[in-house]
Amino acid sequence: MKNKTSFPPQEGEARPSRCPDNSAFKQQKLPAWKPQLTIATVLSSFFLTGAFCLLVGVCLILSANSVREIQIDYSDKCSECSKLRENSSNWNKECHCSINFALKEGILGDVFMYYGLQNFYQNHRRYVISRSDAQLLGRNANIQKSYCAPFTTYRNGTPMAPCGAIANSMFNDTIDLFYNLNSSVIQVPLLKTGNSWWTDKNVKFRNPESYNLSSAFAGTARPPYWQKPVYLLDEEDERNNGYINDDFIIWMRVSAFATFRNLYRRVKRIRQFADGLPAGNYTFRISYNFPVTKFKGRKHVILSTVVWSGGSNPFLGIAYVVTGTAATLAGFVITAIHLKLRKKKTYFQK
Amino acid sequence: MADPIRWARYRWQRLISTEGGEGSSSSNSSNKCYQSSKTLGKHRIVIPCLGHFKEEYEKVSKLYMNNKIRTTKYTLLNFLPRNLFEQFHRVANLYFLFLVVLNWIPLVEAFQKEITMLPLIAVLTIIAVKDGLEDYSKYKMDKQINNLLTKVYSRKEKKYIDECWKNVNVGDFIRLSRNEIIPADMVLLYSSDLDGICYIDTAGLDGETNLKQRQVVRGYSEQVSEIDPEKFSSRIECESPNNDLSRFRGFVEHSNKDRVGLSKENLLLRGCTVRNTEAVVGIVVYAGHETKAMLNNSGPHYKRSKLERKVNTDILWCVLLLILMCLTGAIGHGVWLNRYSEIPFFNIPEPDGKSIPPALAGFNMFWTMIILLQVLIPISLYVSIEIVKLGQIYLIQNDIDFYHEKTDSTIQCRALNIAEDLGQIQYIFSDKTGTLTENKMVFRRCSIAGQEYCHEENGKILNLCSQRGSGGLHEVCVTIHSHGRYGAGDAPRSGHVAFSSPIETDVVPDTQLLEKFSQISSHSYQQSEEGSSESSLETMYVADFFLALAICNTVVVSVPNQPRQKVRRPYFWLSVRRLSSSPAPSVKESSPESPNSFVSKLSIFRMKLASPELDMVNVAAGCEDSSAASSIELSPLSKLCYEAESPDEAALVHAARAYKCILQSRTPDQVTVDFAGLGSLTFQLLHILPFDSVRKRMSVVVRHPVSGKVVVYTKGADSVMMDLLRTASEEMEQKKIKERTQKHLDDYARRGLRTLCMAKKVMSDAEYAEWLNHHFLAETSIDNREELLLESAIKLETQLTLLGATGIEDRLQEGVPDTIQALRKAGIKIWMLTGDKRETAVNIAYACKLLEPDDRIFTLKSQSRDACALVMSKILEGIQKNTSAEKKPSQKLGNVSASPSTQAPGFSAGLVIDGRTLEHVLHDSLQNMFLELTEKCRAVICCQATPLQKSVLVRLVRSKLKAMTLAIGDGANDVSMIQVADTGVGISGQEGMQAVMASDFAISQFRHLRKLLLVHGHWCNTRLTNMVLYFFYKNVAYVNLLFWYQFFCGFSGTSMTDYWILILFNLLFTSVPPIIYGVLDKDVSAEILLQLPQLYMMSQKSVAYLPSAFWITLLDAFYQSLVCFFVPYFTYYGSDIDIFSFGNPINTAALFIILFHLLIECKSVTWIHAAVVAGSILLYFVFALAFGATCKTHSPPPNPYWVMEKHMMDPVFYLVCLLTTCVALLPRYLLRVLQGTLCPSPVLRAKHLDRLTPGEQREAVKRWRDDCAVNCRAEFQAASGSPRSPTGAVPGEESVASVPPTSKTPFQARSGTGLAEDAASLADAQDEPGDTNGLNSETAASLNPSKETNLEASGGDATCAAAPARPSGEDSAAAARAHGAGVNPALPEEDAFVYFTKLEC
Repeated sequence: MKNKTSFPPQEGEARPSRCPDNSAFKQQKLPAWKPQLTIATVLSSFFLTGAFCLLVGVCLILSANSVREIQIDYSDKCSECSKLRENSSNWNKECHCSINFALKEGILGDVFMYYGLQNFYQNHRRYVISRSDAQLLGRNANIQKSYCAPFTTYRNGTPMAPCGAIANSMFNDTIDLFYNLNSSVIQVPLLKTGNSWWTDKNVKFRNPESYNLSSAFAGTARPPYWQKPVYLLDEEDERNNGYINDDFIIWMRVSAFATFRNLYRRVKRIRQFADGLPAGNYTFRISYNFPVTKFKGRKHVILSTVVWSGGSNPFLGIAYVVTGTAATLAGFVITAIHLKLRKKKTYFQK
Repeated sequence: MADPIRWARYRWQRLISTEGGEGSSSSNSSNKCYQSSKTLGKHRIVIPCLGHFKEEYEKVSKLYMNNKIRTTKYTLLNFLPRNLFEQFHRVANLYFLFLVVLNWIPLVEAFQKEITMLPLIAVLTIIAVKDGLEDYSKYKMDKQINNLLTKVYSRKEKKYIDECWKNVNVGDFIRLSRNEIIPADMVLLYSSDLDGICYIDTAGLDGETNLKQRQVVRGYSEQVSEIDPEKFSSRIECESPNNDLSRFRGFVEHSNKDRVGLSKENLLLRGCTVRNTEAVVGIVVYAGHETKAMLNNSGPHYKRSKLERKVNTDILWCVLLLILMCLTGAIGHGVWLNRYSEIPFFNIPEPDGKSIPPALAGFNMFWTMIILLQVLIPISLYVSIEIVKLGQIYLIQNDIDFYHEKTDSTIQCRALNIAEDLGQIQYIFSDKTGTLTENKMVFRRCSIAGQEYCHEENGKILNLCSQRGSGGLHEVCVTIHSHGRYGAGDAPRSGHVAFSSPIETDVVPDTQLLEKFSQISSHSYQQSEEGSSESSLETMYVADFFLALAICNTVVVSVPNQPRQKVRRPYFWLSVRRLSSSPAPSVKESSPESPNSFVSKLSIFRMKLASPELDMVNVAAGCEDSSAASSIELSPLSKLCYEAESPDEAALVHAARAYKCILQSRTPDQVTVDFAGLGSLTFQLLHILPFDSVRKRMSVVVRHPVSGKVVVYTKGADSVMMDLLRTASEEMEQKKIKERTQKHLDDYARRGLRTLCMAKKVMSDAEYAEWLNHHFLAETSIDNREELLLESAIKLETQLTLLGATGIEDRLQEGVPDTIQALRKAGIKIWMLTGDKRETAVNIAYACKLLEPDDRIFTLKSQSRDACALVMSKILEGIQKNTSAEKKPSQKLGNVSASPSTQAPGFSAGLVIDGRTLEHVLHDSLQNMFLELTEKCRAVICCQATPLQKSVLVRLVRSKLKAMTLAIGDGANDVSMIQVADTGVGISGQEGMQAVMASDFAISQFRHLRKLLLVHGHWCNTRLTNMVLYFFYKNVAYVNLLFWYQFFCGFSGTSMTDYWILILFNLLFTSVPPIIYGVLDKDVSAEILLQLPQLYMMSQKSVAYLPSAFWITLLDAFYQSLVCFFVPYFTYYGSDIDIFSFGNPINTAALFIILFHLLIECKSVTWIHAAVVAGSILLYFVFALAFGATCKTHSPPPNPYWVMEKHMMDPVFYLVCLLTTCVALLPRYLLRVLQGTLCPSPVLRAKHLDRLTPGEQREAVKRWRDDCAVNCRAEFQAASGSPRSPTGAVPGEESVASVPPTSKTPFQARSGTGLAEDAASLADAQDEPGDTNGLNSETAASLNPSKETNLEASGGDATCAAAPARPSGEDSAAAARAHGAGVNPALPEEDAFVYFTKLEC
């Protein structure tokens, strides 16, 4: 339409023409994909989405259904212990309790043991930041500068190792699982390592360098709620002691919700437990240390298998199915509208 | 060159306005010759630093600025503090500063301290960089100006040496040559010009390209040689620097204490250019920032766009929302804390071991929440809006359609922040001359001695030229130009020579007339003088006619390469005697010099020059010889340039020139004309009786070189001229000529030409002497001199012989009618505000389709306010009656069309009001009624309006009707209205830059307004609106994710996302796509927007940004955030998910949702969009991965180490993101789909058109327009019951387009007051009950031409054939439309005729 070259340059005058470039960008004529909601694209998008969601949803539901899970609330069952723990002066008194349960069918595959806490707001803002990553890396960090306060130092100036509220409130119940086979009690072999993220265990958490752990933590003190110092968390396994203790690492990965579970142990698949937990009677023997009545919380112990789509929560699958259904329905509605309007002349049709 | 100066002035003013006049008095760097000046109260004394003034100078010299200018705002040193200071003037920045400070309070701290500062710092940096770059370019510009060279007198070297502008000081002598720019304000002391006159062109100052005269200070003008600065011994005292361009007062005090007054006539202003004067010398009185040019600028005006105001209110809503959310958090936290009797593990006690009471904790939490949810108030919105506007402006400026080749100019966007207002204009206030018309007068026709010469060839070429825009005809014009008398090279640049564009200067002679003209020879002329034969009499008429054209004016002739120069000749003093003895080279001076004529010369000179220096008369007398004559021989024809006061004059002189009757030179007392057949004729100029508005004519009295008689040539408006003609009864011939000429004049007027009559009168010496005596008396009388002079002039201008008449066209600018039609279809009301007469204004209004032929016209013309009120109420009553009668049937039909054509369908009226009535109407008591009336009229024409009235009108409409207004104009008289309007548009045309300087947008042609509003206005508005809405959506959606989480973390203010990602999400990952969207999105293509102006109404009514749109957006944002939060929540509920692993899918899904939401909203996705969206996603993942891999200990403590990596290997993560995105976007997608299906908005429908092939598109557009037309028409038809359909949406443009716009213009160029009175009698009794005449006012409801036009439709050419064929099935409406379409193109002429004949009776 415009003849850009027709401007006659005036001789003797080097003044460049002010004529703007006739480029597609400057003239706003870039080739553009104009997403047009034609009936073909609209319907195909709805039906395809619907079909896909239904498919995925069914898969998810199926896989979630294959998960076996047992959850036992032991906050009431160990009421004496919990009462004992209400009074913090009894902190060094041991308290044990046992919980029996029966498996009608065995749990096949890898069986994971979790402890669950309810109403424990690990995601409280000031709780979440109350840690020192530098300290946990084994560095000689100045924890005063971190957000550990008030769990930084004792009055006498001895720093806490590890510092902060998260570490201080670490879950410290010990749970053991026993298999009652013909009146003999077999302790189910449980793995206490390999439960945390590899990167946490090997990168994010490091013990201070020293010839042994107790010297590495010399000059520090345990957090006030702890019963033993950090270098005694696992006296059996040097590689699971101190900061790199799996239970500790897992606890330090704060949960997203007030109700959560943390991986505690895995069933070691040997001997009769090679295929998982066989059917039968089992007993949890719990050393009850962690008080929950203070915050009106509850404690669970959970045995569960895991599939690719996570745990037993069927929500995602259901959501997919619902979405798929909705999209398909919408597709039908649109088709109906389209067919109805096609008779009239509208601007919608191709 | 002019540009930088203007610009510098502008910058400086801006600086002053912000700095409070702190100024930057740069130290005097030069240590050469200094001026001496001292402050004496309010005066300034300027003394040259030479000779005996030296010691005086030493005391006071440092007080005045030198000529160095600095318009930059910052220096290297103060940039940072000052820029920060200015930035914190913005409320938004203060808000974020407050947040940063808040975050430093440990109790409420939500984020790491440093992180909160990040967005603020980013915003501040971006703005600072922008400001810095801007300022740097100013600095460079300043430097360029400061280092321009000029010739300054140096005392040391005793001559003028080159010096930079910045080193010029007050008191310096400056010598300038032709075409040099004046570096500072200076008093003119010497001019090489004969009469001590210097011509300047003030284009650099106000853009006016016509030449202005400046005079050498009295007492210096008679100096023969150039002034010697060494001998200058006077001191100059003048007022202190001020910004009044039109005033300069002061005096020169000579060494002998004589004082000579100074006026603005003696002042050369900085920035102007010396023209046509070989050399001038002046002394600097004001320099640098104290020059009038620098002081004179009202400064930039910051306008806040309507959209921005709306955004601000919506931001207030957001603030409210934020407070609500924070309150929720605060209360929630308090309640949550209350649940616990003792401190739980996870609630960290204070250092003293206690925890604070819930109420206080809740209060603290409120502030924490504000920090956490701060993004709800989009800080980036302001920056983004600014960037988007810059981008939009950039695109507007680069639109090739705004480029005007002839002037090599394109659109200038002077206001950067109101581009989107262009899309919401409801009222346009337009100037007439120069805005709608070209302000270029073109000679079109003439009638000599009753014989018409219609110059068909000329007309054809003009038409070709005027159609250039539509096709490849441009070449035709170009070739014509080069075939013309100009060589291609020396065609004057239109920027420099006033009123001489090729169209005006190239008149192609009428062959018939040329033939007659060529018969004129000196022999035949002599013969005709004796008045023998009929044919020779006609020849005489022709010759005289052209002489009158060439002589009867005040045109200044200049030869570009040979300026007027003072020619000092030794025989100078003897010239009086020589005059009588020496014959002119080619013409015999027959009559002896009479004593009377000598006296007359004296008196002329006294009249012309204020200083009656007797010997100067001789200069004039002696000019006929060598200087003038030789210049004729030396200079070829093409070298002449004419500088005229008015474009009409230039047009006439050029017309004469086309017939080889060439005005060669003009000096104060003689005129030389090169007449083809007669050779060079030198007329002794005895008198010029200048034009005035009372007489409406001008005359020149010359002594004819051939006959030797005194001849009076008079040129004037036909209404007055016709009464001055010889009325002796024996002159049958004259009577006939008069009658015929009158007929031709009427015809010209009907064609929209401006008419002028030429007449002459031959006087005997005795008569002349008698008149001269009287005239001399009149001139010398002190009391009522003006009256006597007028009387004297009237005495002379009687008994004239009519020579002929001319028709000059003030051409409408290219494309004006189309543009106006389109703008009106777009629902914009157009008012024409002009200082011109009513007749002219109304005719132009018809010509440019502002008024349709079948509009009813109401004329308001009242002497008193009461009468005015009465008339208005009568009109209103009448209209109401009409409309109420129309209403019932129209309701039945309903509004089928989505785009109604005008506000008052079916009834179209125009209102004409003149300046005096306007005065009454603008009074408080009548304002409302007037506005009510104007709302009922589709066009309002205000004639004879003063600039002040114009601006008052604009302000009135703006404030009372709350309408968006746009004022467009080209001249200084439009400046006030341009400034008052929401959007001011200046036309950078003939009249200069003042309007442009005041405007927000400057275009070169009125027609560019069409694309500017319909396309760019629509786009800018839609884009910005959508972007703003999107921004709100984005922020609300994102922030709400955090808010929902509060319900699950005890309202403790935890964020489940890492702070860095949280902050960068808005700053980095999702900031660019909306900007690109805001700059580049295109809902409908430009072609469709131009073809369907109705679409403009969508942006005009800001359909996209209704309050409901805002709330729907927010609702959608809430919904999406709910989905985005709760799908992952339920998915991971009860699992061992940790806090950042939970936040990661939410965040990622939010990114996808937000970006894909944008894609849904995008109307056109270019590769840029795609790249930016893809880039954003990529950046997010790269950042998250890199961050996850490296942030082992980053502070604050919690970190998302390895989270992203872990998730990338987890199928659930993808599934969650996918589902969340789908579910979140499904409703909006569905909404868009259903919107497109069930109730497509016009924009959507238009968008659909874009996808069609060109052929289909044309078809569809036509169908659409027809639909609309049918709807409107049907509505109207049902309403009025009239078979005709006068709505604006008249189809049939195809047929109109083929008619050149100029030929169908029903001008009414007749002057005189006849129309007003006549129109009163036309008041249509049917429509206007009551007699309004008695009220000394009138309402003219003329023009109800339906019957007439129908009768004459047969004469309406073959346009019926061009009427578009339409589908059957539309019964009477279609038929009516066919009728209308067919007749329409033919209408204007007919109507004008009807109009005219009515006036006659």
